[in-house]
Amino acid sequence: MSSNRTFPVSFFTVKTFVVRKYFFVAAIILLSPCLLNTGIFAQLPSFLIPPTEFKAFDTPNDAGETISLTWSISPSDAPDVFYVVYIDKDKNGDFEKEAIRIKSNASYRTAAPEIYGHKKSNGNYHYVQIFPKKVFNGETIDKRRVYYFKLAMVAGNNKIVLDTIASARAHGNWLHLKKTNNFLIMMTLSAIILYFIVHARQNPNMFLRKISGLDAVDEALGRATEMGKPVLFVHGLTGMGSISTIAATNILGRIARKIADYDANLKVVNNDPIVMSVSQEVVKESYLEAGRPDAYSPDNVFLVASEQFPYVAAVGGIMTRERPAANFFVGYFYAEALILAETGASTGAIQIAGTDAYTQLPFFITTCDYTLIGEELYAASAYLSREPMLMGTLRAQDVGKGILIVILILGTILASFGLTFITHLFEAF
Amino acid sequence: MRKDSNFFVLVGTIGLFVCINIFLMASGKLPFSFDGFGVILGAGLTLAIYSFLYKDNPAFKIAENLYVGVSLGYTIIITWFNFLKPDLYDSLIVPMFSKAATKAPQYALIFPSMLGVFMFLRFSRKLSWLSRWTFAFVVGLGAGVSIPRVISAFILEQIKPSLHPVFSGGETLFSSVNTLLIMLGVISVLIYFIFSVEHKGAIGKISKIGIWFLMISFGASFGYTVMGRLSLLIGRIQFLLRDWLGVLQ
Repeated sequence: MSSNRTFPVSFFTVKTFVVRKYFFVAAIILLSPCLLNTGIFAQLPSFLIPPTEFKAFDTPNDAGETISLTWSISPSDAPDVFYVVYIDKDKNGDFEKEAIRIKSNASYRTAAPEIYGHKKSNGNYHYVQIFPKKVFNGETIDKRRVYYFKLAMVAGNNKIVLDTIASARAHGNWLHLKKTNNFLIMMTLSAIILYFIVHARQNPNMFLRKISGLDAVDEALGRATEMGKPVLFVHGLTGMGSISTIAATNILGRIARKIADYDANLKVVNNDPIVMSVSQEVVKESYLEAGRPDAYSPDNVFLVASEQFPYVAAVGGIMTRERPAANFFVGYFYAEALILAETGASTGAIQIAGTDAYTQLPFFITTCDYTLIGEELYAASAYLSREPMLMGTLRAQDVGKGILIVILILGTILASFGLTFITHLFEAF
Repeated sequence: MRKDSNFFVLVGTIGLFVCINIFLMASGKLPFSFDGFGVILGAGLTLAIYSFLYKDNPAFKIAENLYVGVSLGYTIIITWFNFLKPDLYDSLIVPMFSKAATKAPQYALIFPSMLGVFMFLRFSRKLSWLSRWTFAFVVGLGAGVSIPRVISAFILEQIKPSLHPVFSGGETLFSSVNTLLIMLGVISVLIYFIFSVEHKGAIGKISKIGIWFLMISFGASFGYTVMGRLSLLIGRIQFLLRDWLGVLQ
C-alpha cells in the first residue's frame, strides 16, 4: 500500500523534472530575442541578419537639399546594433565617407508622416534623411549630381555591408504639396471674407457686439482733452510683419482721428523704426482726414529705443514726467508689459491695453482699466471705424470660427469611433 | 523745501555708495582693477534703476538715458556687423569698387538696397513718397509671410491635438473627462470671440464659460510669470550681495 503510494509520487517527481527541464529550455529559446533586446541579458548578436529593400529617393516637398533613404527592419535590430550609411559620388567608389550612423532600434518611417502617411506598416521600415551638403562640408550641391549610398550593419566588431547600392539626385520642389490643407484653408477663408465684404457694403448696419474696452476709448480721450494732458500710445515690440502691429496701427489711426477732432495731444512711442515711420504716416493721414493737417507734428511719433528694457525705462520716464491722461498699450508685448502698465497705473492715467500675447494678458487685465483680449484687438479697428471692409472681414472670421467649432465636434466624435481621417486632414507640416 | 530734501537724499545716497565702494576696495573685497570697477558700475546702475521704486530722480534719469543710449549704440554696431557689412558692403560695394576683390558683386542686392535708401527719402519733401514703396513692400511681405504661418500655428497645430478620441483606445475615465474639458474650453472660448452675434441666451451662457476658462488660464499664467520675475529679482540681489558687497559666498 505504501509502495503503491510512493511510486506515483516518485514517478510524478521524475516526470515533473523532465517536463520542467524541457519547458525551461524551450522558454529560453523562445524568449532569447526578447531578453537580448531588453538589455537584461544584453549581448552583441554573434551574427547579423541584413535588412532588405534598401532604397534612396529625392525627399519630396523640400528645397532640394536632402535625399531620403529607407530600408526594412531586421530581426537583428537591437540597441547595440547600428546602421551606418556610406555615401559616394561615384558608383564604383570606395564608399568610405560616413553619411549617418543610427541605432538600429530608432528612426522609423513613423517619424515622416509627411511622406508615408500614418500606415501601420511604417514601423517595419527605417527612414533617414541625408544632407549631402553637410556631409561634404558645405560643398555646393550640384543639382544634377547623383549620390550613391551603401548600407552597413555594425555590432561591435561585426560588420556586414549590403551589396545593394541605392542612388538618388536631390532636386528642389516648387510646391510643398503637403501644405495643400493650409492653402485650401486660406483660399476658403479668403472666399468667405470677400463674400462678406461685398455683403457688408450692401448692408452697412451689420451687428457687432459691444466691446467694453473700445467704448472706453472716447472716455479716455475726452478725459485727456479736459485735463489738457497728452495721450500716450505705446506700440508693442514686434515689427510691421506682425499681425498685432498691423492691428495696432489701424487702431492708432482711429485714435489719432478722434484726437485731431478733439484737439488733444497725441504721443506715439515706438521700438521699431519701420513701425515708427508707418505710424507717422497713419497719424498724418488721420489728421488730414480730420481736416487738421497743421496740428500734426512728426516729432510726436518717435523712436524711443530699439531694445526691450531701454524701451521700458524710457517709456516709464515719459509716463512719470509728462503724466499722460490716457495710456494705450496696443500690439504684441513681452516681459515689459507689467512694468509699463504698472508705471502707467501709478501715474493715475486711464489705461486701455490690447494684445494677443496671451502670456502678458494677465498683467494688462490686472493693471489696466480695460483690456482687449486676443482677437478683440483685431476686431477693434472694425468696431471703431465701422468700415464695410473691416466689418465684412470680422463677420467672415466669425463664420470661420463657426466652421472650426463644427470640425472640432465632428472630428472628436469620429476620432472617438476610430475614424481619424479628419484629424489627419488638419495635420500641419 | 521739498526740492532741498530730495537733493540731500540724492547726495547722501551717492555719498554712501562712494564710501561703501572705498571701504570694499580698501579691504580688498573688490579688486582695484577693471573687473572691480565693472562690478561697482553694475551695482550703481542697478541701484539707480531700483531707485525709481521710491520716485523719479536724477540717478534714475542718468541710468535710463545711459541705458537707451548704450542700447542704440549696440543696435547700430549689431546692424553694421551682422547685416550691412556681410550682406551689402562685402557682397556688393567691395566687389564693385575694389580691384582686389575675389568675389563677383551680387547685383541682386541692388533692389533691396534701393528700398532701404528710399526710407531715408522721408527727409526730402519732394521724394518722401518713395518711402511708401518700401513700407508697402515690408507690410505686404510681412502679411504674405505670416498668413500661411498663422494658419499653420493657430489653426492646424491647434485643431489636431483637439481632435482627440474621448473614449476609444483604452482611455481612462479621467483622460476622457480631460478631453471633454479641453473641448468645452476650446469651443466656449471660440464662441466668446464671435463678434457678429449678440451674446444672449445659449450663446451668452457658453461665452461666459469661455470667460471662466480664459480667466483661469490667465491666473495660472500670472502665477507662473510672477515666479519667473522673482527669480530675476533674486538674481539681481545675489549680484549685489555676492559680487558687490561680498556678504554672500
